[in-house]
Amino acid sequence: MTPLVEVRGLSKRFGGIHAVDRVDCTLGEGEVVGLLGHNGAGKSTLIKVLAGVFPPDEGEILVRGTKREFASPAEARAAGIETIHQSLALAENLDAAANLFLGRERLTPWRTLDSDRMEHEAAGVIRRINPAFTDMRKPVREMSGGQRQTVAIARALHFDARILIMDEPCAALGPAEARMVLDTIRRLKAEGLGIFLISHDVEDVFEVCDRVTVMKAGAVVGTVRTADVTREEVLAMIILGEKRGAQAGRA
Amino acid sequence: MRAWLEQAGFDTRFTSLVAALALIWVALAVATDGVFLSPRNLYNLSIQTCVTAIMACGMVYLIVARQIDLSVGSQMAFAGMLIAWTQVTWLGAETPLAAAASIAIGLAAGLLMGAFQGWWAAYRGLPAFVVTLAGYLIFRGAAFLVADGQTLAPLSNGYQGIGGGVAGSIGPAWSWALGVAACAWVVAQSVHARRSRARYNAAMAPAWADALKAAVTCAAVLGFVAVMNAYPDPTSAAEGATPEGKGIGVPVLILLAVAVALTIVARRMRFGRHVFAYGGNPEAAFLSGLPTKRVVLQVFMLMGALSAIAAVITTARLGSGTHSIGQMAELYVIAAAVIGGTSFAGGVGTIPGAIVGAILIQSLDNGMVLMDVSSAKRQIAIGLILIGAVWLDLVWTRKGAR
Repeated sequence: MTPLVEVRGLSKRFGGIHAVDRVDCTLGEGEVVGLLGHNGAGKSTLIKVLAGVFPPDEGEILVRGTKREFASPAEARAAGIETIHQSLALAENLDAAANLFLGRERLTPWRTLDSDRMEHEAAGVIRRINPAFTDMRKPVREMSGGQRQTVAIARALHFDARILIMDEPCAALGPAEARMVLDTIRRLKAEGLGIFLISHDVEDVFEVCDRVTVMKAGAVVGTVRTADVTREEVLAMIILGEKRGAQAGRA
Repeated sequence: MRAWLEQAGFDTRFTSLVAALALIWVALAVATDGVFLSPRNLYNLSIQTCVTAIMACGMVYLIVARQIDLSVGSQMAFAGMLIAWTQVTWLGAETPLAAAASIAIGLAAGLLMGAFQGWWAAYRGLPAFVVTLAGYLIFRGAAFLVADGQTLAPLSNGYQGIGGGVAGSIGPAWSWALGVAACAWVVAQSVHARRSRARYNAAMAPAWADALKAAVTCAAVLGFVAVMNAYPDPTSAAEGATPEGKGIGVPVLILLAVAVALTIVARRMRFGRHVFAYGGNPEAAFLSGLPTKRVVLQVFMLMGALSAIAAVITTARLGSGTHSIGQMAELYVIAAAVIGGTSFAGGVGTIPGAIVGAILIQSLDNGMVLMDVSSAKRQIAIGLILIGAVWLDLVWTRKGAR
């Protein structure tokens, strides 16, 4: 079966530094792939290339088997790749609906913003993720971390993306809110979305990921099935930057 | 008091700004034995405010988008000189359509000046402060070169009406009609908003608060019309007859059109939404796929067009084109926007706030002229007011954040 996303020999340099160095990875339908590694291992740069923030220096990105090049985040979105950045990328002065539809506003026949419709749709998608979210009119700056995360996830989901990239979605959240995010990931997986999940937390990764790709110094150390390895083995890959033994079967 | 106001759905910041303006008016009226509040002076004040207020509307967009334009006075001068040159030197002032052609050329020049600065700021990443400081020098120099420093006069007779002087107002009947129409619109908007909120079960201010707001707005509109009509127009009547009132000045109508259009764009159009999103978080705007560079470019072009409109009003009022118009305009315009609640942190600002800010500054200036305060002392006073306003705003925001 053709994978949703296939990355082949992708490299990105900043000055003399190889932020991403000949990376290969794949993502299938209904699959969650964890991207692990220390700070500076190249995870964020890799997903920023996938999200259309930077063009790659070398290598190619295939979406459903077709080679794609993204000149801007809007083009990556148009190809069905939605990214939830670690910063969440929300305009703090705007409310949930305005952020959710930012860049894809619903318009009335008079080309004005259809605020009522946007608020209505936003309320629908947001409540499915987080039923406790009720105040649709307050600006993002007055929201809790979990509410902000909800808005960012809702924005990624509302436009029928099949490919989702989540950069540290639980890093700034309390336990209950992190639970909400992990539950959402599982549900989306069941719906057939492919998800790249970047995380520092090995527990979270083992809970929801089918495979993990470990990176160090811009390069892929190895890709393993979570079912085939222990947490210690994955930690060793992160820290030592080498894959031990043959028990870690390639996917 | 503040909590109470907020509960009643009043914008506390705007309300306090209007209250400050009212206090200043009372003080100036007392200090000038009532001359400040005479219909004649208020008519002049309304005309004087328009140039600053129109440009302040564009400055709100710029500052909201984390930019600044220090060159608006120079843009005014260059556009104004091109307008005067078109009428006086090129086509001849009374040639049919010469005035219209000159306005088109002025607007085109404004858009081009904005595009030039916006391109450097947006696509080449230069700080707006530097680009527009350069623009301040470039456009002022260009304004001088248009007629080698000479004043070009006279401008077309019909054109001069745009400046609000002789034949520069719409008379009492039309003024009343406009005032009543405006009141009807205010009431309709208020009712429509309540209906829309009720349909979605959204939180709503108490009915009496909305009614009070609409009543105060209507009273202000009708009061304004009454005062404008109370200023007799000496040119309107044959000898011996009682002169008619002047009514609303043409520049005020232009300001109203600009303000309404830009308020709608800010709240109801995609472009306005993108400007505010960019100002709130430029990185988020980019990651959300907004054409951020184009948005910044367009905001500068909008400012250029508004500077050109200000140039039209100013040259029409003077009846001539001089390269020295618009000096210090940038400072008054920025001050008006900031006093009106536009934040340099980006993403926050309103058109009505900027207009009240412009009225406030122009009132102080006008009042102090009536009191024979020297221009040097007026500058000092307005500088201090600017610091005071921004300081109050800081205190205000900190209180709110707590």
